Amino acid sequence: MAANPILEFELPLYQLEEKIEEMRELGKSINLTKEIAELEKKVEDLRHDIYKNLTRWQRVQIARHPARPITLDYINGIFTNFQELHGDRSFGDDHAVIGGFAQLNEQSVMLVGHQKGRDTKSNLYRNFGMANPEGYRKALRLFKLAEKFNKPIITLLDTPGAFPGIEAEERGQAEAIARNLFEMSRLRVPIIVVIIGEGASGGAIGIGIGDRILMLENSWYSVISPESCSSILWRSWDFKEQAAEALKLTAKDLKEISVIDEIIPEPIGGAHRNHSLMFDILKKTLVSEIKSLIKEKPEKLVNARREKYYKLGVWEEK
Amino acid sequence: MAWFNRQKANINTEQQREMPDGLWTKCPSCGEVIYKKELELNYFTCIKCRYHFRVGSNEYISFIFDEGSFVETNENIFSGDPLDFTDTKPYKERIADSIEKSGFNDAIITGYGTVNGKKLSIAIMNFSFIGGSMGSVVGEKIYRAAKYSLDKKVPLMIISASGGARMQEAALSLMQMAKTSAVLAELGEAGVPYISMLTDPTTGGVTASYAMLGDINIAEPGALIGFAGPRVIEQTIKKKLPAGFQRSEFLLDKGFIDFIVDRKELKEKLTSVLQWFEK
Repeated sequence: MAANPILEFELPLYQLEEKIEEMRELGKSINLTKEIAELEKKVEDLRHDIYKNLTRWQRVQIARHPARPITLDYINGIFTNFQELHGDRSFGDDHAVIGGFAQLNEQSVMLVGHQKGRDTKSNLYRNFGMANPEGYRKALRLFKLAEKFNKPIITLLDTPGAFPGIEAEERGQAEAIARNLFEMSRLRVPIIVVIIGEGASGGAIGIGIGDRILMLENSWYSVISPESCSSILWRSWDFKEQAAEALKLTAKDLKEISVIDEIIPEPIGGAHRNHSLMFDILKKTLVSEIKSLIKEKPEKLVNARREKYYKLGVWEEK
Repeated sequence: MAWFNRQKANINTEQQREMPDGLWTKCPSCGEVIYKKELELNYFTCIKCRYHFRVGSNEYISFIFDEGSFVETNENIFSGDPLDFTDTKPYKERIADSIEKSGFNDAIITGYGTVNGKKLSIAIMNFSFIGGSMGSVVGEKIYRAAKYSLDKKVPLMIISASGGARMQEAALSLMQMAKTSAVLAELGEAGVPYISMLTDPTTGGVTASYAMLGDINIAEPGALIGFAGPRVIEQTIKKKLPAGFQRSEFLLDKGFIDFIVDRKELKEKLTSVLQWFEK
């Protein structure tokens, strides 16, 4: 795992934890059990305080934490028999989107997700989780494969955006995303979407249409990143915190306007503090969601999915 | 320092304006000075270089529909402010200002009419309204225009002109990509034709949803069409973009546009396309 950087708002916690360590050292010669216990309780209280009152920008920072679990971690932590399937059968294999066969307990599922890297080398290989058109087309190929053999689909969203490059435009980034939205809305198998980290705009929703949209407590999902929003609307990069507030991009915000169906709680201190607990929590939800969705008839499933998206939006009729 | 000083003041060229309010206008592409009435008669395209000036929904209605046949629908839908959004200006104020300035209620109008006697349902975007940005109103009006097409089995056309999704409605704007694509899928299953026309400029979430999903995609000459805007790409790759990049002709060459249509020939071409679907 990469070095664990300390986020600014976590600093008091780490300072207290360091103090406890020092006292433990000291405790070898003097009895400090009571003092240590008191301090430990203080740390827990503080942790609760900090994490119950996070600002939106702080959540964005947690969503980008380098030690936060990424798609392959969830695949290994939750599923068995993962067999990656490569390529879009037309241009190439995009490393920023991965997918393949897997089992969730006894159930066969098709997995597709954005894949970020952990360090500079792997991030370059994964293009920082920014997909090119062939990534979306590979995803669509796998969705169709799942539909053909009647297997439910699970997608994991974690991208700073679709890649804005010359070749991406030449190969039709917009068309690739549009086609996925069109086709995902009519796939005759259940689709569960989980936003696990960053859900930036078209790049995210390009594999993000489904029957159930789940979102991890400290992830974000919006039409634009706070930084880009700041640069466009405020004409400066300095207003990212205000932009994050204005965009209302957290799981709680999005549940209120029905963009997502369910918030997946994270271990206290964020998913990066306890990977295996995070996997257990998400697995439990996935198992129960799939159980209920596979009972639905395909027509009913597609109709309900469509109706859900048709209702989204807020307008006034005068 | 110059070794002599200017005796008289500079020749004052006055203010330069791209689109003067006077009787004459200058083509931003070739510099030709055109009499405004003539420009109008020429479908707002340059008489010399056929540069297509940006126009709004009223112009397209007059280009396409038989006189007096167009009926506007859903004109009473207005943007709310679901997120209570404020950047340098409250969203509510921005909307009110745009309504006043542009004369439109939002970035799209919908309606139906006849094209040389053939029925057509339409949605036309107005770039002059907050950069033609797509929020809940655009999504809902496209949804309703598509539903009208579905009910009446009348072909649908959408004329796009947009900078992308509207930031002030954040995730709800993003969801309009899904909403519009989903209703177009339903329309497709019912076998009702959908013609997408892309005009200058069409970028972002609009290109990445309904604008690229036509049974046929057509474009005006020289229109900027893309997913990421050229400035964003230049910042990312730190290189200048080649000339003609992301223009209609480029997209035609790369295989994303069926054909490019000159505004003067739009009605005629549209009629023959509608005829193909009919017979």
